[in-house]
Amino acid sequence: MKRTVTVVERFRELGLLGFIVVLAVIFQLRNPVFLTLSNLLDLLTNTAILSILAVGMMMVILTRGIDLSVGATIALAGMISALTVSSFRAISPVVSVLEGMAIGTIAGALIGLLISRFNVLPIIATLGFMNVIRGLTYVVSKGAWVSSYQMSDGFKAIASGGVLGITTPILIAVVINVAFAYFINHVRTGRQIYAVGSNPEAADISGIPRRRIILMVYMVQGALAGLGGVIWVAKFASAQSDTAVGFELSVIAATVLGGVSIAGGSGKVSGLILGTILFGMLNNALPLINVSPFWQMAIQGIVILAAVLTNVVVKRNSQRLALRRRAI
Amino acid sequence: MREIRTERPWSWRSFFFQWEWLLVLIFLAVNVVNSTLSPYYFTADTFLSTPQTFLDKAFLVLPMTMVIILGMIDISVASTAALSAVIMAVSFHAGLPMGLAAVLCLAVATACGLLNGILITRFKELSSVIVTLATMIIYRGIAYVILTDQASGDFPKWYASLGWGFIGSVPIILVVFVVAAVVFGLLLHKTSFGRRIYAIGSNATAARYSGVKTDLIVLLVFTITGFMAGVTSLFLTSRMGSTRPNVAQGYELDVIAMVVLGGVSTSGGKGRIAGPLLAIFIIGFLYYGLGLVNIQAQSLLIIVGLLLILSVLVLNFRFGSARKARPSVSVDNEGKEPHIRPR
Repeated sequence: MKRTVTVVERFRELGLLGFIVVLAVIFQLRNPVFLTLSNLLDLLTNTAILSILAVGMMMVILTRGIDLSVGATIALAGMISALTVSSFRAISPVVSVLEGMAIGTIAGALIGLLISRFNVLPIIATLGFMNVIRGLTYVVSKGAWVSSYQMSDGFKAIASGGVLGITTPILIAVVINVAFAYFINHVRTGRQIYAVGSNPEAADISGIPRRRIILMVYMVQGALAGLGGVIWVAKFASAQSDTAVGFELSVIAATVLGGVSIAGGSGKVSGLILGTILFGMLNNALPLINVSPFWQMAIQGIVILAAVLTNVVVKRNSQRLALRRRAI
Repeated sequence: MREIRTERPWSWRSFFFQWEWLLVLIFLAVNVVNSTLSPYYFTADTFLSTPQTFLDKAFLVLPMTMVIILGMIDISVASTAALSAVIMAVSFHAGLPMGLAAVLCLAVATACGLLNGILITRFKELSSVIVTLATMIIYRGIAYVILTDQASGDFPKWYASLGWGFIGSVPIILVVFVVAAVVFGLLLHKTSFGRRIYAIGSNATAARYSGVKTDLIVLLVFTITGFMAGVTSLFLTSRMGSTRPNVAQGYELDVIAMVVLGGVSTSGGKGRIAGPLLAIFIIGFLYYGLGLVNIQAQSLLIIVGLLLILSVLVLNFRFGSARKARPSVSVDNEGKEPHIRPR
């Protein structure tokens, strides 16, 4: 009996892995370019930003929140760092990255304060800030683009550089995921995030600084969005005011696909990584097998819905099994 | 038998300390500012024809008030409007008469709302946020699949008069909106259906144990929301003359901002229809005034976003501080009946 329970709980990761393999086989049969090293590296580079943000989104969703402002934060941080580079070309790429992260952190801190101190619902606070931040991006850029020739080579190297053919975004994403796995599983603050999400009242009573944790989660998400914004702008070598419109939906889709429960308090890093890779494959490889790009949005939505519904059904089943186990 | 008091005694103080009076003041302020911007502002024409430009989304404010009083949210409304508009346009060009196409538009929108309602009531573990987020993407995604990036128009002439026509000197859309507002006001405040919405919003479990069919009410409210999204799309398409898959983008923010500015608490159970009605005209005329001084459309995003957050903050402060200051249940001075104070 115990075995079935663990199988049900493992089912998600195995299922995701199986689905990734099946998709890869299908893509390979339809288009032999798919399983080449250069294409895979390309796919991973494109998924790196998604993966970085999915880490932040997982923390937010673990605390029962949601963040719709990531796309706008990416645009604002990317735009401001690109504008800075275009007027001071000598600036070091590291400074640009730090600048983007600082902007993201400020945005995240404001959102986190609203949610943690003033009890504003996450959906309302981030919906409002999504528009404020997006509007600020238009105001800051005056609607104009920052194009490739205005950026220094060092800045563009943030996305194109790398070691042994592995690009910097992939390296950053791997480092962040590894650090995050350690943080959320072995550091006290990381465990407290789970506690806050699975039972806020109990967390309060046990002396966990619930409000401070929630504030921290949104600040980290903002910082990661700022980092993602700089990488985004360096990668496409152009900063526009409508950069990353709707990207928050992809991030949420990848996160819930990875088994992070929208009710808060449950989700694993291994699932998150598999979910992000699966979603990255869906996003990047569909054009390879001649699926019209206009299908992309519908597929995204169906993936989110299917993922959250599966989560619910799996959870119901495992609860029923647990009850049956207790029956005499 | 002692009578149980169900209403608070009328007093001048509670009469004047109503959220709606604040909204009236803001509305007057907006109009005063607008009139200094243009010497031709204060004419009957301004007040009759300006609403034509913003009333289409106002149809969504009415059901959204119900949804938020339920303690839920529906962010798929704009996508529903887009999908139903696209299907109407495509079926019209496939040879369906315009009247039938319009009915189809309403039917599609109602079905979208019904699907939201079914998902939310069948899968109670999921919040309305994530369900409507998913359907928001799916509905607009289907609209893109149907029409790709094209626009579709060339509707018959009579259809354009829906958005631009007048009855006497009053725009058709204003007349229809007033009728809809009265119907929704009566539904929410004068029927048992409305009282049940408040009951679910303040305590869903208690409501269910008192015999309220909570699932049915939630299902109905979301279906009505879908239907009203269809009405919005009818008027919007008529006003624009054509439709595209990205039509009505961002309407959900405007609509939610109007409802919240109208004093409806996002934690459910509190608010009246009058507030959101005033908020529609405040934001509508605010947009009009900002248009007079040539403020970019993108800066409006900042203003609406800030308005939403500020009004939530003020409302939270109002409800929150009252709760801390005094106990919610108390015995009145004579020590007779305990009555529940508004929090």
